Amino acid sequence: MDLAHTPEEDEFRARLRKWLGEVLPTLPPKPSPDEWPGRRAYDLGWQRRLYDAGYADVHWDASPTMRLIFLEETEKAGAPYVGAGFVGLLHAGPTIAAEGTAEQRARWLPPILRGEEVWCQGFSEPDAGSDLAALRTRARRDGDDYVVTGSKIWTSHAEVADWCELLVRTDPAAAKHRGITWLAMPMDAPGITVRPLKTLAGSAEFAEVFLDEVRVPVANRVGDENDGWRVTMVTLSFERGTAFVGEVVACRRVLRELAAEARENGRWDDPVLRRRLGRLNAEFRALWRLTQWNVSEAELSGGMPGVGGSVFKLRYSHARQELYDAAADVLGPESLDLDRPWVLDRLSSLSYTIAAGTSQIQRNIVAERILGLPKGR
Amino acid sequence: MRFQLTEDQRALRAGVRELLARRFGREALRAAVDEPGRLDRALWRELGAAGFFALRLPEERGGVGLGLPEAVLAFEEAGRVLLPGPLVATHLAAGEVPGAAAGEAVVADVGACGLVEWLAEADVVRGDAAGSVPLRSVDPLTPLHRVPAARGVDPVAVLLTAAEQLGGATRACELAVQHARAREQFGQPIGGFQAVKHLCADMLVRTETARAAVYAAAVTADPADIDTARLLADEAAVRGARDCLQVHGGMGFTWEFEVHLHLKRAWVRTHRAGDATESEERLAVDLLAQSS
Ligand SMILES: Cc1cc2nc3c(=O)[nH]c(=O)nc-3n(C[C@H](O)[C@H](O)[C@H](O)COP(=O)(O)OP(=O)(O)OC[C@H]3O[C@@H](n4cnc5c(N)ncnc54)[C@H](O)[C@@H]3O)c2cc1C
Repeated sequence: MDLAHTPEEDEFRARLRKWLGEVLPTLPPKPSPDEWPGRRAYDLGWQRRLYDAGYADVHWDASPTMRLIFLEETEKAGAPYVGAGFVGLLHAGPTIAAEGTAEQRARWLPPILRGEEVWCQGFSEPDAGSDLAALRTRARRDGDDYVVTGSKIWTSHAEVADWCELLVRTDPAAAKHRGITWLAMPMDAPGITVRPLKTLAGSAEFAEVFLDEVRVPVANRVGDENDGWRVTMVTLSFERGTAFVGEVVACRRVLRELAAEARENGRWDDPVLRRRLGRLNAEFRALWRLTQWNVSEAELSGGMPGVGGSVFKLRYSHARQELYDAAADVLGPESLDLDRPWVLDRLSSLSYTIAAGTSQIQRNIVAERILGLPKGR
Repeated sequence: MRFQLTEDQRALRAGVRELLARRFGREALRAAVDEPGRLDRALWRELGAAGFFALRLPEERGGVGLGLPEAVLAFEEAGRVLLPGPLVATHLAAGEVPGAAAGEAVVADVGACGLVEWLAEADVVRGDAAGSVPLRSVDPLTPLHRVPAARGVDPVAVLLTAAEQLGGATRACELAVQHARAREQFGQPIGGFQAVKHLCADMLVRTETARAAVYAAAVTADPADIDTARLLADEAAVRGARDCLQVHGGMGFTWEFEVHLHLKRAWVRTHRAGDATESEERLAVDLLAQSS
């Protein structure tokens, strides 16, 4: 049991740190969170720089420890977040890499790595959220195409996406997990209407997507027809396994800034607040250790993230909300001013216990798959 | 980075677990509760012979020559089974107090809160126990005295106490899950009800987060890591025992069922390491230090 790094890992970290020091000052200013085209360009521009410098595929090919170092260092240096590249790099890409054919990998993976194409995730529907397998968007086979009709909701980045990883029902007669298929849908196909939904933070984030007789080539199917549920589980394990690593580093930085701010504005003198910050320090230190534990486990088990990701997500999403509640206490009435730091982050953090599987669903997963408790009825 | 147990560490843990299962099973636990204040000296010597106290003592001084991670694993096992006695104090005295390493001597420490565990049974007391007054201990398996003069606490003692808390939390979660699978109401196992299922899931989340913190502190021995381990492990142990009690219904409230022993011991251990607020204050100051 150790926390030491190998010489190669140290060398990787040093090289990355040096590169970040050079490249970050040359980046354009960050776009506003409610302006999509600018955000897309910014996020893809960053991905392109990673590609040119040889870091683009760190999410896929590097060992879990290297990935951890990458996320740690980029976050510490204040580098941009994956942003619009999220689904391509962390959901669809890894799924295609694991389940796609050689042609599919050649068609879709390089543009994701080069920062040329944005993907979105069309899983949730108005009547299928936590109960994802209840989805009803229908795909009927017609020659070399599927003809897709239905609607998706909460589709992040749909407005600016080139592709959508889409779950459709291909066999309405089969049991609900058995009749689902995974398709890559081009977002410029006729019959697609995207209606943006504003988040409670006022930002552009997700949208409703209406599908009216949209033709998707059968060649765009990843995995077998009606085997989409299994393919989907691959995608979700990626999402829950590795997606939040860098954010723990970010939270630890925010916490230090909060302490400094409290010292500045005098609230540090309140022992209750001080101890709360101390406890949050313990919380995020522990979450960082849990991350290292999970990464080491993944390293030993051949790289696939396990259900341990659910344990992490449960604790982390809650801790993050507490962090920003503490920030509001440090700010006092200033916490009502959207122009103050952390106020928008506090609003965004409200989605953490909902997106990517609600906390209730994560608890079911932990209880049923790790603890072996009976499935609910 | 290989932040997972090594083969040797797994073997050590299995060895300690086997010894404790053989020598301190349910029967022995009940017997200890029925004879409060008495320590099983034969078991103490057996622990000594197995290297429990001399674990971190260098080989040239007659010890086992292992490190903090191994000690943490051993204390976690002790916490799991509620092994009684001043284990931490005696472990820390190995190499300093004659007979401690071998389990020939029982060593008590004056603790940070002015409490002494197992004073009457101790052969040696470290710290100033003058003016000690016995109190009616909430934990039937931990006799307590109050003394006027408190004493600073060794960070290693804090960490090993956290390891015991981790073991207790792990056990409480196991007991709750076992019961939730077996006990039926309304025609189904109660573990099928989400209200129960989610209690169990949260117990596991607290325990596994605490585990990462405790093991990391064992690797680094860093003071902030130790404070972190302590806060997380205290939380996992105390809340774990309470939730385990809740899952057991009426049986959870009985003297017979062991969960109350876990809760009471967890309470005792939260005081052994000094006030939790001191750990919180240190971790708050740590934030300022990091940002400067
Ligand atoms: C910011 C954000 C981004 C998102 N991005 C995407 C995206 O890109 N693509 C995509 O497909 N989806 C996306 N989602 C959707 C997200 O996955 C769903 O919101 C989530 O799975 C919950 O589904 P729901 O909203 O239908 O809520 P519901 O499933 O209706 O849940 C409502 C409440 O009921 C509880 N509940 C439901 N079932 C159970 C149960 N069995 N046991 C206990 N409690 C239960 C839930 O925990 C919740 O509290 C996003 C959501 C957010 C907030």
